[in-house]
Amino acid sequence: MAEEVKVIVFALADEEYGIEVDKVRTIERMMPITRVPKTPAFVKGVINLRGIVVPVIDLRGRFQLQETEPTDNSRIIVVAVNEMEVGFIVDSANDVIDIDTDTIDSPPEVVGGIKAKYLHGIAKIGDNRLLIMLNLSEVLNRNEIIQLEQLEV
Amino acid sequence: MDMNAYLSMFIDESNDHLQALNENLLQLEGNPEDISIVQTIFRSAHTLKGMSATMGFEDLASLTHEMENVLDLVRNSKLKMDDFIFDTLFKGLDALEAMVQDIVNGGTGKADVQTIVTALVSIVKGDYAKGGQAPQPAAAASVQPAAAAAASASYMLDEFQASILEQSIQSGHQVYHVVVTVREDCMLKAARAYMVFDLIEQNGEIVKSDPSVQDLEQGSFEQAFSIFTICNLAADELQKRISDISEIEQVQVTSLDLESLKLMTAKQQQTAAAGSQAPVQTEQAAAAGAAREEAARQVAAGRNQAAAGGAAAVSKTIRVDIERLDTLMNLFSELLIDRGRLEQLASEVKRSELTETVEHMSRVSNDLQNIVLKLRMVPVESVFNRFPRMVRDLAKSLDKKIDLIITGADTELDRTVIDEIGDPLVHLLRNSVDHGVETVDKRLAAGKPETGTVHLRAYHSGNHVFIEVEDDGGGINRERVLQKALANKVVSEDQAKKMSADEINMLIFAPGFSTAEVISDISGRGVGLDVVKSKITSLGGNVSIESEYGKGTKFSVQLPLTLSIITAMLIKLGSEKYAIPLSSIVETGIIRQENVLNVHGSKMVEFRNTVIPLVSLSRVLDALDFNETEEDETEIIVIRKGEKLAAVMVDQFIGQKEIVLKSMGNYLKNVDKISGATILGDGQVALIIDPSSLIK
Repeated sequence: MAEEVKVIVFALADEEYGIEVDKVRTIERMMPITRVPKTPAFVKGVINLRGIVVPVIDLRGRFQLQETEPTDNSRIIVVAVNEMEVGFIVDSANDVIDIDTDTIDSPPEVVGGIKAKYLHGIAKIGDNRLLIMLNLSEVLNRNEIIQLEQLEV
Repeated sequence: MDMNAYLSMFIDESNDHLQALNENLLQLEGNPEDISIVQTIFRSAHTLKGMSATMGFEDLASLTHEMENVLDLVRNSKLKMDDFIFDTLFKGLDALEAMVQDIVNGGTGKADVQTIVTALVSIVKGDYAKGGQAPQPAAAASVQPAAAAAASASYMLDEFQASILEQSIQSGHQVYHVVVTVREDCMLKAARAYMVFDLIEQNGEIVKSDPSVQDLEQGSFEQAFSIFTICNLAADELQKRISDISEIEQVQVTSLDLESLKLMTAKQQQTAAAGSQAPVQTEQAAAAGAAREEAARQVAAGRNQAAAGGAAAVSKTIRVDIERLDTLMNLFSELLIDRGRLEQLASEVKRSELTETVEHMSRVSNDLQNIVLKLRMVPVESVFNRFPRMVRDLAKSLDKKIDLIITGADTELDRTVIDEIGDPLVHLLRNSVDHGVETVDKRLAAGKPETGTVHLRAYHSGNHVFIEVEDDGGGINRERVLQKALANKVVSEDQAKKMSADEINMLIFAPGFSTAEVISDISGRGVGLDVVKSKITSLGGNVSIESEYGKGTKFSVQLPLTLSIITAMLIKLGSEKYAIPLSSIVETGIIRQENVLNVHGSKMVEFRNTVIPLVSLSRVLDALDFNETEEDETEIIVIRKGEKLAAVMVDQFIGQKEIVLKSMGNYLKNVDKISGATILGDGQVALIIDPSSLIK
């Protein structure tokens, strides 16, 4: 049975990624971020999201990609997973598409760059367009932050 | 039907009833002769049974029913309470609590309670005393078929309703079938029906109404409706009271006994059968099923109403969903932030009308703030009330005699603090009961009364609430504590020599420290008092000990009134702003570079004739664009953690402000040196520094 899911598409270092729309709270333009000391470098700090304090992480930093200065196209995608609300800084976000769950393949054994465990699957849309579906609970895995913290101390 | 709507109410009410049962049973244990307490217990149990049956939690209902049977005998002076009965009833309560907990966790509330039921049945039969706790399955079984028979005979009443009525009759309650006819010219039929319901519910319980409560509420009935009720009024009294309601044409109250109940249900069956000329079997079955479902819905709605009515009668409070309060709090904190912004703007614009309006708004919002905060205040009673039972059980298992005396249970604390304080208090009480109070023979040998006393006190003082756990037990053996601390390498020989009595006492809060020589059921499992201390510190509180060897020990816990709005000093560190809670600030000042002393490689500064460590906040927080070494004069804030002081160097003071504490969410749970965040007037987030983490 083919099911359709709505997916927010965003770009990060020349690749396109997807997050299911029901996990996305809001997409914001860049806003002032308050630095939080004693956190891993990819944690950029916290923002005031209409009265709620939300941590923001740089997704490039999280995936150990080269971090860049934010541009006019940069967006903060606020997701809510496992009772955590976190904002992702991405290069741009400008598309919502429906994809057929049947077209999502499990990630290939070897994926260059980003570790396969952060991936939930790869969706083929149209010709030559691949969408990397993120495994959010793994991206937000707190154990990993704790380990990183311990490494840095 | 969807029972979920009623589930949270059921859980709340059940917990209330279980708590009441626990309390009253404890009270009864103190005065076993007081039958009025038994009456109260019986009523609670009865309501609980009814509620559970309605919600379809049969195991809960049947266990309560067995407990009720025992209580009924006691109430009618046919049985005298003794230790075995108390223990069995308490066990029953524990099982009920576990079942309700299971329901809370999304379970079905099912549990194997056969042993307790057997014990209860044996109490009712009176043969437990003869040493016979032998299972009596026959006795338990005999109840079921009777109920089943009644149920099968009934169409209008479902099996629960029928068996509730039947059991009520058996246990000597008055059960009535009430038929009320309103006048033909009655303007508000629904309101009249409601008044009748209300009246009956004040004096008893409605098991079933025809037509359904919903229909009655909407006034969609002809002129008459009927109610099955368990009521503690006499028939003529009930009739008179209902007749007193205006626009009631006629009231017919029929007292039911077992026979007439059967007859009644049978009659209904006949009329039902007569109504449909040639009922096809399956159709009939379907109709019966539907009727039963309908009936269940009615009862649920009825109870719902009863619950609301009952609560209003006792105290004028309403239950509010905690989430709504939190939302209110959140919205309010945004208002506070805007207020700060407005005040700032008004002072810039300098127009008197604007300034006045803003000042007025500030006053109003100050009052509002107080009220909103008060809404979240809960008496500590809700935590304390589980302790009498716990202490009783502990004392029993340790074979000690202990009186727990609770004072100040009406002291109020913010809900967030209340939620967290339970576990630490459990630890402290366990400690007092287990390590503090001595066994009976030791007490007698020491010339003390054989019953030990544990005081649990709560009181307000300034901006804090104090909770004390004091026992008249053996006190802390400092010598032994010190030996143990040395053995565990918690302190060194040198340190040990310099320690004051209080410092030695505090050693028992060190991680991994237990003075219990024997690992008992209650303590010595590695969960020590260090957990208590860290929990209380994380709440912004403090714990201290006073102890006199041989006389007793007093734990004193100091807690902030609220965790949500605090006064803080805002400071700047280059371009970054931080908040430091005012409660831990001693004073502010300025130091010159040349006054900084170097002691053993660490920087110190002289402060009121003592030398205190100097902390570089910019280094601790890796500040981006501030470094105090470039300055001749540096602003300092002297902070305190217990007895210890430290001076913290900052760039600039912004000023004192009320800030709303915000959590940084689950992702950034425990950030070192930072205890939370707040939103400033300009919408920026400022982090709140945890001062205690700056002092080692």
